[in-house]
Amino acid sequence: MKLHIRHVTHYKFDTPVKRLIQSHRLTPADHEGQKVLEWSVSCEGAIRGSSFLSGAGDYTETVCVQGPAEDIEIIVEGTVETQDCAGVLRGHREKVLPSAYLRPTQQTQPDAAIRSLAETAVEGLDVSSGLDRAHALAAAVNDAIAYVSGETEPATTAAEALAGGKGVCQDHTHVLMSAARWVDMPARYVTGYLYSDANGQAHGESHAWAELYVDGLGWVGFDAANRCCPNDLYVRLGSGLDAQDAAPIRGLIEGQATEDLTAKVIVTDVAQQQ
Amino acid sequence: MNTAAPNYFNEMLHGAEVRQAYQSLERWHRDMPDDLRSLKQSEAEALFRRVGITFAVYGEGGDPERLIPFDMFPRVFTAAEWRKLEKGIRQRAMALNAFIADVYDRGEIIRAGIIPEHLVTRNDAYEIAMVGIRPPRNVWSHIVGIDLVRTGPDQFYVLEDNCRTPSGVSYMLQNREIMMRMFPQLFHENRIAPVDGYADLLKKTLASVAPQKCSGDPTVVILTPGQFNSAYYEHSFLADLMGVELVEGQDLFVEGDFVWMRTTEGPRKVDVIYRRLDDAFIDPLCFRPDSMLGVPGLMNVYRSGGVSICSAPGAGVADDKAIYTYVPEMIRFYLGEAPILENVPTWQCAKKDDLKYVLENLGELVVKEVHGSGGYGMLVGPKSTKSQIEAFRSKIEEKPWNYIAQPTLALSSCPTFVDEGIAPRHVDLRPYCLVGEKVELVPGGLTRVALTEGSLVVNSSQGGGVKDTWVLAE
Repeated sequence: MKLHIRHVTHYKFDTPVKRLIQSHRLTPADHEGQKVLEWSVSCEGAIRGSSFLSGAGDYTETVCVQGPAEDIEIIVEGTVETQDCAGVLRGHREKVLPSAYLRPTQQTQPDAAIRSLAETAVEGLDVSSGLDRAHALAAAVNDAIAYVSGETEPATTAAEALAGGKGVCQDHTHVLMSAARWVDMPARYVTGYLYSDANGQAHGESHAWAELYVDGLGWVGFDAANRCCPNDLYVRLGSGLDAQDAAPIRGLIEGQATEDLTAKVIVTDVAQQQ
Repeated sequence: MNTAAPNYFNEMLHGAEVRQAYQSLERWHRDMPDDLRSLKQSEAEALFRRVGITFAVYGEGGDPERLIPFDMFPRVFTAAEWRKLEKGIRQRAMALNAFIADVYDRGEIIRAGIIPEHLVTRNDAYEIAMVGIRPPRNVWSHIVGIDLVRTGPDQFYVLEDNCRTPSGVSYMLQNREIMMRMFPQLFHENRIAPVDGYADLLKKTLASVAPQKCSGDPTVVILTPGQFNSAYYEHSFLADLMGVELVEGQDLFVEGDFVWMRTTEGPRKVDVIYRRLDDAFIDPLCFRPDSMLGVPGLMNVYRSGGVSICSAPGAGVADDKAIYTYVPEMIRFYLGEAPILENVPTWQCAKKDDLKYVLENLGELVVKEVHGSGGYGMLVGPKSTKSQIEAFRSKIEEKPWNYIAQPTLALSSCPTFVDEGIAPRHVDLRPYCLVGEKVELVPGGLTRVALTEGSLVVNSSQGGGVKDTWVLAE
């Protein structure tokens, strides 16, 4: 598919800020499942610099705005040619050893319930059949957490989300990662865009899923919220040890302002537009 | 005069005979009237108070306002002894740097099956953000502090490596300064290798790892967490000696491809940051988001080659107690050399057989926490009561992976002033090796001394003091 993405993030401050600085991972990298045809990230009045490709294969760039600024807008726009690779990440340039993604973070620390979910899911499945174990874990997470927005927040931990039984893609992803790591399967948080969800509904915001490392196959994506593996409806941006570590935008403002953040993502199928 | 137990190496005395290195000091002490001695001791204390050097060494905690006791009796190495030590320290510093560079690049030592992958990648100090980064000259640990103990005329063991930001060098410099001020004649009568070149060497080392994007004379700064840090004195002391700015996170900012320092004449580009701040705090956009001590965006500038950070984030992966056991292997692997300095044999309680041995021999071993420091949470078997040993046994059984054990080393002793004159007290040594364009080392280091009779714990939080350390010139 040829997907066109327009992702606008708008920050409004109640009092003008002196200065703002952000680290962006808003540019997708090529791999067998996606080829970037055109891409731009713009932010009016910003000074950009310090860009590089990280060891995990993510394009990173720094943006700063000298105030006083009352609002800023980051516009990401581009076209990506995608292919269905059944979730397998192939041809992605990276250097990090998969075992580095075995360590739990504060948000993905497994509690007794996550440990038991993980152990039950892989019971009877041999360690050598990593793909079966990964599918079983993702299915168990999907069964345990209903997709309900507004029940959790960005700071919700994996353990809290599982206990509540409700959540959004971030929660499904954190629980799946936590469970996978518990059974010694490297797992990471992936951010990106989704054309339409399991019900065919347009997904109006950024998306997240997990990648689990399967011996013999490499990194394989699992979207536990939608009970599937990422295919040609997905565009992959970047990864990290959890949502905070993988965040496409990490920023700080100088000044005592409160920010009002709105983000809008529109993914369209270029073929249908023509 | 007391003599040490015969199984400890006494650095001054061989039986009743005074070793050559200490002959002049032995005379100096013998000829010193008692009243002069106490006068000098209080003079030394007053000098230390005046310079304000009251911080705890090595992040040991405790009262930062407390003065660490200074013992006036110097510790001496001959030129020949130092030559061997120096070679061994350089070798170790180079191997440690090669190891860090390797584990953030291709990981050859893991592929070769020499070091288990999980010890590297699951180590808390391992930073994914550093994978694929090549710092200038591929140097990761620019100041390597290597803790050594001596057990015989020719026997030295490495206790621990410090690859992040080892502290205590200001004590090395001040101990010498104060000894020279109080006893100038000693420095006329003996040919003692100077240590005052340290600040120059440090500055040269830091300047030599300026990023490629820097043209002209690099601007070097020291980044401190601030005046409430226990080593703040050392940060400002080193900044003064090097003639560079001492800055806090809020004095720096990131814009475009570089890091800038706020000055009264406007922003000035910074090329090399000697940070005395842990990885977790240096950049809230990369590490802990709640850190107010660092510089937001610093890691992006660093990773894109706009500034140097010393030591490199993630360098701590090499100085863990579990990795320590593999340093001799690293030396063989990267340098193709035989290790000059020995490691202390170490049992890892995480391993079944090792745990069994440790539990059976608790009375003779020293047991430490894997991530512990400062002499806290450790058991010195031969110095402990039965009930202390039993209490520790249950701690080990509960969390075996948290402990390592080593034989109780017969730490050498050095004459030390006590109420009745002088008496042998156990000592260790921390030399500071500088790695940049060259590998440099000033002769000597910081000697810590366990002031309590019979004690083997030299940490200042546990009653330790410091001494001037001499290396005799050829």
